[in-house]
Amino acid sequence: MTSVHLDVEAIRADFPALARAVRNDKPLIYLDSGATSQKPVQVLDAVRSAYEQHNAAAHRGTHLLGEEATDLYEGARATVAAFLAARPDEVVFTKNATEAVNLVAYALSAPGRLQVQAGDEVLITEMEHHANLVPWQQLCERTGATLRWLDVTHEGRLDTDDLDSMITGRTRIVAVTHQSNVTGTIPPVAEIARVAHEKGAIVLADGAQSVPHQPVDVTALGADFLVFSSHKMLGPYGIGVLFGRAELLEAMPPFLTGGSMIEVVRMESSTFLPPPQRFEPGVPAIAEAAGLAAAVDYLTALGMDNVAAHEESLTAHALDALREIGGVRILGPDTTKDRGGAVAFEVDGVHPHDVGQVLDELGIAVRTGHHCAWPLHRALGVQASTRASFYVYNTHDEVDALADGIRYAQRFFGTG
Amino acid sequence: MQLESMYQDIILDHYRNPHHKGLRDPFDAEVHHVNPVCGDEVTLRVSLKDVNGEPVVEDVSYDSLGCSISQASASVMSDLIIGKPVAEAMTISQAFLELMQSKGTREPDEGVLEDAVAFVGVSKYPARIKCALLGWMAWKDATAQAMEVAQ
Repeated sequence: MTSVHLDVEAIRADFPALARAVRNDKPLIYLDSGATSQKPVQVLDAVRSAYEQHNAAAHRGTHLLGEEATDLYEGARATVAAFLAARPDEVVFTKNATEAVNLVAYALSAPGRLQVQAGDEVLITEMEHHANLVPWQQLCERTGATLRWLDVTHEGRLDTDDLDSMITGRTRIVAVTHQSNVTGTIPPVAEIARVAHEKGAIVLADGAQSVPHQPVDVTALGADFLVFSSHKMLGPYGIGVLFGRAELLEAMPPFLTGGSMIEVVRMESSTFLPPPQRFEPGVPAIAEAAGLAAAVDYLTALGMDNVAAHEESLTAHALDALREIGGVRILGPDTTKDRGGAVAFEVDGVHPHDVGQVLDELGIAVRTGHHCAWPLHRALGVQASTRASFYVYNTHDEVDALADGIRYAQRFFGTG
Repeated sequence: MQLESMYQDIILDHYRNPHHKGLRDPFDAEVHHVNPVCGDEVTLRVSLKDVNGEPVVEDVSYDSLGCSISQASASVMSDLIIGKPVAEAMTISQAFLELMQSKGTREPDEGVLEDAVAFVGVSKYPARIKCALLGWMAWKDATAQAMEVAQ
């Protein structure tokens, strides 16, 4: 099971869930990491240790546990910042990527120098997850700005031919995925950011599917904001990250307000702490932050280049294996160029729900439906799809099992 | 394997050859229902007639996109309720809903549900219950609207 890039056998031993049996006593073949990843013992231990040894409210109190909790939490921020080649004060902890997008979309409709006005434009893409789509629709509804979007090509690539005309002098923000959760497509975010910045627009990249799977350096990426979730990158649920350029975070009003984020509170009004604390009201998710830091350490020890190379090899194998099956159409790019390890497909005559059900009987976990990317499915001309997505613990044998399972589904429904 | 217990032959037969599919006129109410999880959708029309002061399901027609379970369920449903008094069809609908919520623990009443007993296996899979109910919920909604119009 050792691949060229990763010792997958050793990695699998770290993931208790991968050792369990599922339906029909089959071993679990987990191909749904795009939805959420499994968690290694190192992460589970870090969460448990935070609760067992250092449980106290961070940034409060004068006791030892409080200091340790604060160190854990701020240490996690430093770890995440280093992972992105960012500064710690540019890393805001949120509940997840969705909340991070909403935080920015809210800030852009609140009074301040970043406020979007009627007549301004917000540019998104047809490829977005609903989390990077609906908040921008709502922003436009609140402000009277116009929502525009880049189309998707038949191949599932982002159509950037008209980028220069789509980003106008009125464009205030461009929000784009850094890797599609359906087609795996990796759009040219750096190029988009260059054009946007020339026209004075800011750029938010949705890194929910990229940060877990490839090295991401925020300076090279060029985006002003980057959002992602811990639970898709081996970490716990309930914590996510908003990276924002310091100068922009500084100009943004708070989103959620309350304790921990204030400077002075009087009955009439309050003033707020600088970022990142301005955006983190309430007692923070300390154990979750510690778990996320452990996940980042785990990935860093593997090497993100190795992680990306391993997944590229699995994706190439999956594309080859699925292409060989008659009646299967892969959605999105046909090669691994600028493409990550999410492989969505449709099977002629067998609805994705039914494909998923048959695979589940074989112990294979995949995602079925529109994967929170309904407009993208419409653009690709499909109602729904089945998606396999890969991570550090997946093997080439599991890719073969997927292909066998699809053939079995075709036989079961009499189409293969 | 439990696949056969979910995908009983009755279900696969209805899936491959759905009954009463295709939208027809006349109709008293039309609804469009969607399963937001997967995007499956059904457009369903209901036509009622008055028989001695009692509303009766004259016709149910539908157009749908979806999985085998949702397609077969709409087909079986239309077989079951066309021609029945609305009150009796509602009773059947309630029995089907209870079967779907039974987690596989209930012995379905074949006298009431006829071919719809084949969906008992589906009730063991929470993720698929909405599929089986999509057509039924659309029918209930359309019938309620048609009754309102009639009043």
